[in-house]
Amino acid sequence: MRTATDIDILEQRKAQIYRKGDQPFGMICDKASLAGSVSQRACVFCGSRVVLYPIADAVHLIHGPIGCASYTWDIRGALSSGPELHRISFSTDLRETDVIYGGEKKLYRALKELIETYKPKAAFVYSTCIVGLIGDDVEGVCKKVEKETGITVQPVDSEGFKGTKKNGYKAACAALDKLVGTGPTDHIGPRSINIMGEFNLAGEAWMLRDYYERMGVQVAATVTGDGRVDDIRSCHGAALNVVQCSGSMIYLAKRMKERFGIPYLRVSYFGVEDCSGALYDVADFFRDKRMMERTRDLVSSEVSSILPELRRYRKALEGKKAAIYTGGAFKVFSLVRSLRTLGVKTVIGGSQTGNEEDYTLLRELCDEGTILIDDTNPLELSKFVQETAADILIGGVKERPIAYKLGMAFCDHNHERKLPLAGYEGMLNFAREVYSSVCSPVWRFSPYRRKREEKVAS
Amino acid sequence: MTLSSNAQSFVTTRNACTACTPLGAVMAFAGLENSICLLHGSQGCSTYIRRYLIGHFREPMDIASSNFHEASAVFGGKSNLFVALDNVINQYRPSLIGIATTCLAETIGEDLPQLLREYRKERNQNSLPALVAVSTPSYQGTHADGFSSTVRAMIECLAEDGAVGDSLVLLPGMVSPADLRYLKGVLRDFGIAGTVLPDFSDTLDGPTWDHYFRLPSGGTALDKVRGIGAARTVIEFSAVLDPEATAGGYLQKAYGCNRLMYSHPVGIEASDRFFKSLEIFSGKPMPEEHCGERERLIDSYIDGHKYCFGKRAAVFGDEDMVAALIGFLHEVGIKPVLCVSGGRTRRLRELVRGLSGDRGEEILVLGDADFTELAEAAKDLDLDLLVGNCNGYRLSRELKIPLVRVGLPIHDRIGAARILSLGYRGTQQLYDRIINALLEVAQDGSPVGYTHL
Repeated sequence: MRTATDIDILEQRKAQIYRKGDQPFGMICDKASLAGSVSQRACVFCGSRVVLYPIADAVHLIHGPIGCASYTWDIRGALSSGPELHRISFSTDLRETDVIYGGEKKLYRALKELIETYKPKAAFVYSTCIVGLIGDDVEGVCKKVEKETGITVQPVDSEGFKGTKKNGYKAACAALDKLVGTGPTDHIGPRSINIMGEFNLAGEAWMLRDYYERMGVQVAATVTGDGRVDDIRSCHGAALNVVQCSGSMIYLAKRMKERFGIPYLRVSYFGVEDCSGALYDVADFFRDKRMMERTRDLVSSEVSSILPELRRYRKALEGKKAAIYTGGAFKVFSLVRSLRTLGVKTVIGGSQTGNEEDYTLLRELCDEGTILIDDTNPLELSKFVQETAADILIGGVKERPIAYKLGMAFCDHNHERKLPLAGYEGMLNFAREVYSSVCSPVWRFSPYRRKREEKVAS
Repeated sequence: MTLSSNAQSFVTTRNACTACTPLGAVMAFAGLENSICLLHGSQGCSTYIRRYLIGHFREPMDIASSNFHEASAVFGGKSNLFVALDNVINQYRPSLIGIATTCLAETIGEDLPQLLREYRKERNQNSLPALVAVSTPSYQGTHADGFSSTVRAMIECLAEDGAVGDSLVLLPGMVSPADLRYLKGVLRDFGIAGTVLPDFSDTLDGPTWDHYFRLPSGGTALDKVRGIGAARTVIEFSAVLDPEATAGGYLQKAYGCNRLMYSHPVGIEASDRFFKSLEIFSGKPMPEEHCGERERLIDSYIDGHKYCFGKRAAVFGDEDMVAALIGFLHEVGIKPVLCVSGGRTRRLRELVRGLSGDRGEEILVLGDADFTELAEAAKDLDLDLLVGNCNGYRLSRELKIPLVRVGLPIHDRIGAARILSLGYRGTQQLYDRIINALLEVAQDGSPVGYTHL
């Protein structure tokens, strides 16, 4: 029986893996996944769908055969404080005859009935793989419906095979870009920001909004968490874009800088250090002494409220080792720091969509020997978590079985989670998550773990 | 059978009651020993299906992709497919690769069998794993159809000629790992040498490991599939599939096997039919243990009959599962007043007529339907109970009635793989769950809160 530790890395994959300390440093990334490598990535459609999904008062219509809609129905933990249209999975459900004769008529009828029935503020039409191939003029249909109904109907160019998830982010940002600048801004003051790349998973955007309001900052829009079409239309009234999850929203932030001269900051709200850094950066931007004071008060009160409990977890977790594999690379930085706060060392850091700059930064941040991986797969991950004897894997549901089968703790840090992990409260939740998985008594029954421990003992 | 809402005139599918055809292919291939599935199409198809199935089974589920890009859509996916096959072989050392198409590959007209012939020719044929192709465009049929086509494709590709033997083949369809394990046990108890195909009881409900496995162990051995044509009898569970088009139909036609085809054994009557077949095949009476289970089930029907008689249920999910549940519910006095499936065979309506006799007019059947239609129809039906997959949860919450979870997907509970609903034993578990759900409602709704019910 071959085991994962004797896995040979596929030749074409080798350049996407780096161990800190090896010379020279060079990582290939930002490219299409290798066929047959069992990438953990999804597709262009996925990128668009995750970014736009939280806009709760829009119709999200998936134009294509049924699968893409089935697999993304109510899958994210993105909450809304009002309408919940985003939780209904609309599909044109193309059939064989549509593939032969085209899907335009069906798309037209679908849009008309959806707008009439649900009275959305806008509609997004996601193209899936076959739409272009069967010759549908999606843009034409959208324009026609828009003219007839007066509701903005925005096509999203998200055919699955036309690039990677990142292209999907771009397509989503392009669709948002069409909305931005079409609404009034007189209600937005000078000390205002947009929270971007924050999807209100488990209500995280609400927590952040509360921080900003306590600092004296007006939040014009969250794009797209708890999103509203009208807020997005008007969000060019904000003085600053504060961009989290830079992979997905940076394109829109850049466009808004070009179009409206709005500067942007890249931040992360995960972990004490990064969240505090984000708030200070924003306060710093407005050059307002009182705002800075309020921010300091906020940070110190929040930090001191969670510190005692964090210390308890740290005591239990000190010296443990973590493997991280996430969608975006920016999150990996925050996780490395958050884990350090808990006394946990990162031994593997990887992402689906990191670029060269990301990996260079990650390399600087990590300890010697840490393995960096881009667009990895289950076998590679299994190999490395075994080689590094990681205690916990942090990733998404697709990575979970790898951890569990090998008697390893797991923490879900994906967009499907139902637990807030951002902000100070989120840091505490994260610590609890890590602690409650690592310190569970069940691992002593894991045959893999027992074998590993026997090996260490001998 | 009229619809009170405008649901039927709606063009858009809102919250689908089906997944797509390749998902069925993936599940079927998961039931072959040391095999892996490769989807010929976009990367997303593999990843979404992995996510969906890992959420349900909570087991590793590696699915490869040929990872189409723009050039593949223009010039064909041949080179990507070849690279993918090479890499899968290198990494996984499988005995079999199941290659299923997607809407993308089918739309550009990929000829998969031809591509595989070329691949075999270009590589050293003898060193290759078995390659089984199946056409599963997601614009055609549902995951249940994908599953069925794949089982047929496996047999068509692998079965070898040989003298008719004395074995039994059981084609159970999309059931749970617990169901598969139970069925194998039943055959064993009868002393029947049989093949269950596909068998993902271990691959999709495996133990924790002491070392990493590239592919989980278990599954129907390929040699067994090769020898399948020699079967004397084939039992195929389905009430809705076209008997000619299924794997059983093929075995009957190509190998002259005696094929028996009927609904999944849920409930006493349906289980009796299955056990009777086994008695006839083996020439042995029902083993004592199963007689005991049958008798205890009847005893419990009587113990519980007052709690469920006349209750009104909605049943939804795959057509075959719905068909089996209708029969069972009818048998215990629960009225399946609303039967919904995303399946498109239109057979459910006929079955309901056959099953409910003069009560047929009370049953609303929605085929090729979605969850929004289900919810709209459910509003006026004064339901007591939902039986189906986890996607019924929101309706259950809205109507404040219990949902008894069966089928796929179950993404909101652990243990989906361990849900047993076939045979006397499975029916017992399902029946107990239903009765207890109803008792819980009665208890929770009571101002007193009695503990003796």
